[in-house]
Amino acid sequence: MSPNWVTTRLDSLTGWARASSLWPMPFGTACCAIEFMATAASRFDIARFGMERMSFSPRQADVLICAGRLPFKLAPVIRRIWDQMPQPKWAISMGACASTGGIFDNYSMVQGIDTIIPVDVYVPGCPPRPEGLLYGIMLLHKKISGESLFDPTLRVEHLAGPDGLFRRPEQIDEVSEPFGNSVHQTRSSS
Amino acid sequence: MTSQDADRPGLAGTANQSPTARYQGVVPDATMAPMRERFGAAIERVVTSCGQSSVYVAAHAAHAVLEWLRDDPSQQFNYLTDLTCVEYRDPELPFEVVYQLRSLTRSADLRVKIALDGDGPLEVASVVNLWIGANWLEREAYDMFGVVFRGHPDLRRILMWDGYQEGHPLRKSFPLRGRFSRAEQTRQALAANPEAHYSMEELSIAEAYGDLPRDMQERLAAGEHGVVR
Repeated sequence: MSPNWVTTRLDSLTGWARASSLWPMPFGTACCAIEFMATAASRFDIARFGMERMSFSPRQADVLICAGRLPFKLAPVIRRIWDQMPQPKWAISMGACASTGGIFDNYSMVQGIDTIIPVDVYVPGCPPRPEGLLYGIMLLHKKISGESLFDPTLRVEHLAGPDGLFRRPEQIDEVSEPFGNSVHQTRSSS
Repeated sequence: MTSQDADRPGLAGTANQSPTARYQGVVPDATMAPMRERFGAAIERVVTSCGQSSVYVAAHAAHAVLEWLRDDPSQQFNYLTDLTCVEYRDPELPFEVVYQLRSLTRSADLRVKIALDGDGPLEVASVVNLWIGANWLEREAYDMFGVVFRGHPDLRRILMWDGYQEGHPLRKSFPLRGRFSRAEQTRQALAANPEAHYSMEELSIAEAYGDLPRDMQERLAAGEHGVVR
């Protein structure tokens, strides 16, 4: 009998193929991008995960890695990049600022990119060390491997509502509530 | 004193002082007396701190004073290092527009300030016609503080996007998180058109073709980097 065949499930095969060659769309805005570059460089070497091909065009990218704080001025930009990425696509929010706004609880900063685009993996840290980002990537691998090719809920584009938002306004206000030291500052919304 | 120093008006006659003292002595000696003589009451006061001099100038005379500082052969402040504003937490203190001047030929620095009433309309004359680099600096001061620079060729916001509704963020009266709720801020930010930050001139290379040096025009016309027209 020829040894050149295997039996497997189609979901396992596609999950393995997708997870093993994630092409990143690097959206580096701050110091997290430096750690991301270190992750890509020789010591940590994300080529081991088939990710060394940075896709500076969103149309050839699989995973958007937002590495750094996102000001409101860049909100329509990251949304357009996300819209330009073809399915299947995933997003990693790298660092405290991308995930929550971090120390920048001020007028100019988005309080977590999940108010703009859907996020699969949050990597905590300020900035996260390369090991942290690699752990996040491996969590994403686990998530992708568990996805079903035929799940109709997975590859749905979340479009803007009639108010132009991608989350309900009360959700955005809730996740943007101040925390830590910033609760001592006066609430400003009128 | 070297022979090179003799050519610099500000350094003359300071040979026996230490380098620091000589440096600190340059600006008041060479600038204050002729400036007071020429502009009189428009020079409101001079504050010297840590060897650095700040000249407070009346708003109506500021442009003339700055032009004189740039053009007079004894001053030659030919470089505008920075232009910004200061608003103090103490409401008694005035709102200030600050010009950091540098004379590259005389190795001298000078800080010129205009004191304005923070409650009133903030308006000063633009100095873009004196130092072209003031263009974006004045746009930033307008964006962050709301100072209107009379005569500026293109006074638009530069850091916040066009159509930003909440005011001028670096004013003391501006709440740190902005005036609107986070949902409203997100909605307005997403509604903004990223390309709208640029004027048509900035977006169109062809428009700038006539302003390019002749050799660059010829190279572009020959198609070295693609033909623009």
